[in-house]
Amino acid sequence: MSALATKPSTDDVWGWLEEVPDPEIPAVSVVDLGIVRDVEWKGGTLVVTVTPTYSGCPATSFISRAIEMAIRARGIDDLKMETRISPAWTTDWISDAGREKLREFGIAPPVGGAASCAGALKVPPVVTCPRCGSTHTERVSQFGSTPCKASYRCLDCLEPFDYFKSF
Amino acid sequence: MNDNPTIEFALRMGDNCLILAQQVGAWCGHAPVVEEDIAFANVALDLIGQTKLWLGYAGELEGKGRSADDLAFLRDVRQFRNCLLVEQPNDEFAKALMRQFLFDAWHHPMLTALTKSSNARIAEIAEKSVKEVSYHLERSHDLITRLGDGSPESHAKMQDALNDLWRFTGELMTPDSVDEALAADGAAPELSDVQAEYTAYMRSALEEATLVAPEKVHMYQGGKTGVHTEKLGHLVAEMQWMQRAYPGLKW
Repeated sequence: MSALATKPSTDDVWGWLEEVPDPEIPAVSVVDLGIVRDVEWKGGTLVVTVTPTYSGCPATSFISRAIEMAIRARGIDDLKMETRISPAWTTDWISDAGREKLREFGIAPPVGGAASCAGALKVPPVVTCPRCGSTHTERVSQFGSTPCKASYRCLDCLEPFDYFKSF
Repeated sequence: MNDNPTIEFALRMGDNCLILAQQVGAWCGHAPVVEEDIAFANVALDLIGQTKLWLGYAGELEGKGRSADDLAFLRDVRQFRNCLLVEQPNDEFAKALMRQFLFDAWHHPMLTALTKSSNARIAEIAEKSVKEVSYHLERSHDLITRLGDGSPESHAKMQDALNDLWRFTGELMTPDSVDEALAADGAAPELSDVQAEYTAYMRSALEEATLVAPEKVHMYQGGKTGVHTEKLGHLVAEMQWMQRAYPGLKW
């Protein structure tokens, strides 16, 4: 595809990225999750900076590629993807819209700030069931279907569910 | 040994993660309950991610164009710098859990201290890793407490595992010239500080788990300088066989 006559604004680019879904949780976008940290023009090169969620998350390279494809599809050829690990990704960066979308998708969004991130032997947070809204829930396991989630179950509606743990 | 102590240090941190990940990953499909199966797989994944960060840094410092993958799959046993603890075999679930706990309880305060490293790259790798490791420690601490203070059989198994593995913990807190060089620059903590924290943490954790650390044990050394137990060769052979059989194979 040929280069565009005018450079799209970074706001435009952010808008495009809001349509790129997370591969594991397609209900939310990579922007909702706070994975995209920066979009800027450096001369004629568009630089997009992403921060991995968990260091071993297999979705990380897939996400970078999905972002790259979405931008190239808009006709931008001069693109550079950068990875930044500090400051480390935190669930505090998940947008309010993202939290609501997680809940609708059946995943309980993170409770409290990153300060309530496990730590040794801290009391597990009170997690609200995304299906029936009960707070009468219990943790089945600190680990779940992906690195970012824990397994919970609701003691009222009895449904198991994923909890996006504070991190 | 590399002349640059920072390379050695990054290899040690990375190899600890790599070898433990390889061991823990082997439980996938074999743990006694599905939740622990999933937990071990997740811990392995985190550790592999951390391995990439540490070995990637070591490779960059070395400047010979070796990637994290090259270092993981193309070095021989004597070139590995992991501690002896993580190479001790899976044998049984109790041992795997105790190995994890003894390592996590060191890894967490070590990484916490490294977040304040004068070396910016080390600090940022530690900042990323310590959040993951806090979840590892929470789980392994919880399990050794429940199984240690559990049935007579689970207690006996956890105590046996502790008796067997305790002798490999001293190495993690015994400084050598590499540790001293990094501590002198403020790039890594004094290991005596980490040891003080480890000892206090262990005392209360083991008491709660009704387990007793063996006394007057000879603490084994060597992993940090590449002198390993016979266990590591078997592990590395399995881990590397595909690259050995099909050199340069790509996924």
